[in-house]
Amino acid sequence: MKLQRRALLLAGLLAPAAAIAEQFAGKYNPLAEQVADGLWMVRGADEAIGFANGGAIANSAIIATDAGAVLFDPGVSREHGRALGALAQKLTGKAVGRVYISHLHPDHAMGAAAFDPAIVHALPATRADLERDGEGFSDAMYRLLADWMKGTAVVLPQGDVTEGQAEFGGRQFRLMALKGHSGGDLALLDEATGTLLAGDLVFHDRAPSTPHASLPDWRASLDRLAAMPHKLLVPGHGPLDRDGSAIAQTRDWLGWVEQTLHDAVAHGLDMSEAGELPIPPRFSTLKAARYELQRSVSHFYPRLEAELLPKL
Amino acid sequence: MMAKLMTAALLVTASAPALAAPADPLHSPMWEHHAARLFGKDAVVFDQRVAVRIPEIAENQRIFPVTVDARALPHVRRIVLFADLNPIPVAVDYAPTGAEPFLATRIKLDQRTPVRAAVQTEDGTWHVGGSWIDAAGGGCSAPPVSRVKGDWADHLGEVRAGQWPEKAGETRLRMTFRHPMDTGLVENIPAYNIERLTLRDDSGRSLGEMQIFGSVAEDPAFTLVVKATGAISFEARDTAGLRFPGKVGA
Ligand SMILES: [Zn+2]
Repeated sequence: MKLQRRALLLAGLLAPAAAIAEQFAGKYNPLAEQVADGLWMVRGADEAIGFANGGAIANSAIIATDAGAVLFDPGVSREHGRALGALAQKLTGKAVGRVYISHLHPDHAMGAAAFDPAIVHALPATRADLERDGEGFSDAMYRLLADWMKGTAVVLPQGDVTEGQAEFGGRQFRLMALKGHSGGDLALLDEATGTLLAGDLVFHDRAPSTPHASLPDWRASLDRLAAMPHKLLVPGHGPLDRDGSAIAQTRDWLGWVEQTLHDAVAHGLDMSEAGELPIPPRFSTLKAARYELQRSVSHFYPRLEAELLPKL
Repeated sequence: MMAKLMTAALLVTASAPALAAPADPLHSPMWEHHAARLFGKDAVVFDQRVAVRIPEIAENQRIFPVTVDARALPHVRRIVLFADLNPIPVAVDYAPTGAEPFLATRIKLDQRTPVRAAVQTEDGTWHVGGSWIDAAGGGCSAPPVSRVKGDWADHLGEVRAGQWPEKAGETRLRMTFRHPMDTGLVENIPAYNIERLTLRDDSGRSLGEMQIFGSVAEDPAFTLVVKATGAISFEARDTAGLRFPGKVGA
């Protein structure tokens, strides 16, 4: 449906975001927590993207090196990226010299607009994902976040990341080229501190989101992350994981969602009914659980029906 | 014709005739317009017995699930599912002649809009339920997949269906049809949609008839509960006259 433009005309009269935008004075105030030597975690809000949080829902990490700060996931918008850059400068005494984008999703990727594309690195699969979906995401983010997005253009990462050892400013990283949450998911192990930056392959006390998920690939990636020795894990969303429970929790949720939706289709439930199914008490610590279950219904249901409903 | 419908839908009439319809609890700018067109002089009440179940968010504006359950109302004659601010407001007009007043399907959403069901009982009164949905979409939602993919014709009319026992003497039916459901609002692609679905029991008795419009999602899916068991046959027909029949429980 080519309804977007006409919709925008009407939306001017009706959309709450547009009304709020008139007195827009939003400012990102990212806060860092030092979790290891020369390594800080910046927590996103454990919520859905919304005007109230400016889209600042993903975690980021900042690593000090001799050649400048490394920023892992630059946030959702140009202003967000700038705020994270300023924070990195304050913490490390050096400007950001390298940006990694873990995967295509806008809450992690679009803040790259604040940086020189030459210092923005990602997996080739992520660049391809952004080439395909970046403009669509951009439209969606402007609709949702209005003025928070000002000046944010899609930046395609210029640096290609490959699996294996990498060095930046004297600091050694182990890079892992994974997939499953999306078509390309980058994880980074900071060798000096044993801190694993897992991107959205790992959620912690916040329900995983699945818009581009391939569950078999995601599980295989969780296996690889679990097999990579680490002391701390920075998840894409939710609090720092110190005891290794977040990988198992992510796997548990994905398995439950997959089985539950499979059974729902097999028992003749429609999509709304599936989205209202009870969530087991063991997931009571997961924020946004109902929200993500309903999103997952939308992502998986049509495919499951094509698989499970008999063809006449 | 669709263009006319659209134009009409966009003109919020300040001069709408005085209505029997009560004030809209959802404060929709289009309520009076739709009420006049759909209900005419019939009595209208907002009624909690009309349950319109929708997700918290519209993750995919092209496939937005809606379940209408009016089984708490006696003697239902007709169910009209509509979204006030859609360019094609009405999605489905269902007469559950031999079925429960229950319907689940998926619609397209154009923008933030009320999604409602108007359920007419035997006495002619319309009972209305529904709520707003913000169609701005979730953060990770992908941009629209278009039919540009180009394989729709290979699968046109592919029918899938299943049946499950509901309560005694009743059967839950789920049916999906591969169909582009073109709205006519996209340049160079004329309207082309499934427009009718009929259901019959083994003796040929009609169980329900549904008029279907272009605002129903691509590859339409319907969940219904019929007051029959055993073999149930159904047939969808599109605006080009193609027929897509199916039978379950044979
Ligand atoms: Zn993500």
